[in-house]
Amino acid sequence: MKAILTVFGKDHTGIVAKVSNKLSELDINIIDISQTLMHGNFTMMMMVEIPDTSDFDSVKDKFEQLGKDTNLDIHVQRQEIFDATQKL
Amino acid sequence: METNSILETIQMISEEKLDIRTITMGISLIDCIDSDGKKARQKIYDKLTTKAKDLVKVADEIQSEYGIPIVNKRISVTPISIIAAASDDKDYVAYAKTMDQAAKELGVDLIGGFSALVQKGYQTGDETLIQSIPQALTETERVCGSVNVGSTRSGINLDAVKQMGHVIKDLAKEDPVNCMSLVVFANAVEDNPFMAGAFHGVGEADCVINVGISGPGVVKRALEQVKGQPIDKVSETIKKTAFKVTRMGQFVGNIASKALNVPFGIVDLSLAPTPNEGDSVAEILEEIGLESVGAPGTTAALALLNDAVKKGGVMACEHVGGLSGAFIPVSEDAEMIRAVTKGNLNIEKLEAMTAVCSVGLDMIAIPGDTTAETISGMIADESAIGVINNKTTAVRIIPDTGKKVGDTVEFGGLFGQAPVMPVNTNSPADFIHRGGHIPSPIHSFKN
Repeated sequence: MKAILTVFGKDHTGIVAKVSNKLSELDINIIDISQTLMHGNFTMMMMVEIPDTSDFDSVKDKFEQLGKDTNLDIHVQRQEIFDATQKL
Repeated sequence: METNSILETIQMISEEKLDIRTITMGISLIDCIDSDGKKARQKIYDKLTTKAKDLVKVADEIQSEYGIPIVNKRISVTPISIIAAASDDKDYVAYAKTMDQAAKELGVDLIGGFSALVQKGYQTGDETLIQSIPQALTETERVCGSVNVGSTRSGINLDAVKQMGHVIKDLAKEDPVNCMSLVVFANAVEDNPFMAGAFHGVGEADCVINVGISGPGVVKRALEQVKGQPIDKVSETIKKTAFKVTRMGQFVGNIASKALNVPFGIVDLSLAPTPNEGDSVAEILEEIGLESVGAPGTTAALALLNDAVKKGGVMACEHVGGLSGAFIPVSEDAEMIRAVTKGNLNIEKLEAMTAVCSVGLDMIAIPGDTTAETISGMIADESAIGVINNKTTAVRIIPDTGKKVGDTVEFGGLFGQAPVMPVNTNSPADFIHRGGHIPSPIHSFKN
């Protein structure tokens, strides 16, 4: 399934590396990346493809844990929710 | 990847507290009717625990996978007065206990439908159900009840209005907090997903999913961007915001309906406040330009808000239903509580506001020595507003024994706290004791 992974927090070195490593470790492919600084905060969005064989809750938990370890706010949500509010 | 849309959606959920307030499964109990009450209750328990067995699981999965909070999982059933009427049970408390037991087994937060529809008169079962309400709602945790005493088509049943004044007093005697589980309606709707007034109408399908969505914070934030601009812009901004919020309800309802293999009924976009900061309908009204909710202009601002919410919502989903508008429960809205405490908002103004929004006098604490007749008078007034204006109105008030104006009633959690408000003490007793039926208004005859 397609999901959107969002990362917010104070900018520091190695954020993209740590997130990408975790994705690779979980066999999750990156489809698109957007990264910027908003009001001095690191803001990254990734569209990713989670294999159907993966357990969504476990993937989510792993990224929440990574967020705690790296002092960042990391969320994984299925992609359709973002179309729902914006597209007819 | 549309990053702005993603950011906006995340902000709506995390900062502006957009949530799916409830996924409510409506379940018909018509096929559970039995002349043996015990058998009927067994059939009710079996049907509820079969039809709704995956409701909580599916809602939790949606919440986890899509990251949208689903605050409550609920069930509404056919009014129990209809279901229990075939039995010769002397009271219907056991039915409420069966509902409560099923709700606990399923893990749903609330179950509504301990209800009777008596707008034109009492049928077998209605009197028994209404008499059972105080005990039923006291001895259960998750059961909600409602009684419809009036409709535009039928007028107002003043006998029922009179009786409900006593029922509310009796319910409050046991524990005033129980009063939040009971609503007295005029023009009750049959597909309302919100409690305490949800029941599953007899014209509904056997089982449906209705979704209630809320987001006062999203509307407030959107209005902050149009400060000082003409009121047309305010209306337009609310419509656009309501559209986006309702789309979320439509989306979640569709997924839930597919996962549960149950038809999707309606989306009810009702701006339902919680006591959390930034989740207030009163703050929206103040953002429109009132120094405090209750100021002259409040009714007009609320009318605009309610109408714009409906217009935005109608376009956003296949079937809009329920109440769809703005709720003004005093105890559940931090800014409303502040306005009452400061003396900026009284019951009379709230009553005027109910003429233009989607509900009625809601979650209002009144002095414990308020008489049953005065409560009936308040119900009669609210019913008249609903019946004449062809809209739903309701009364959910809490006469707290021993408490007086200035005291506070604590409900806890989403239900907040209510400052006890003064009520006009001139007696309507002779009017209420006349009993009988207030005829339906002339404009109801449309055939």
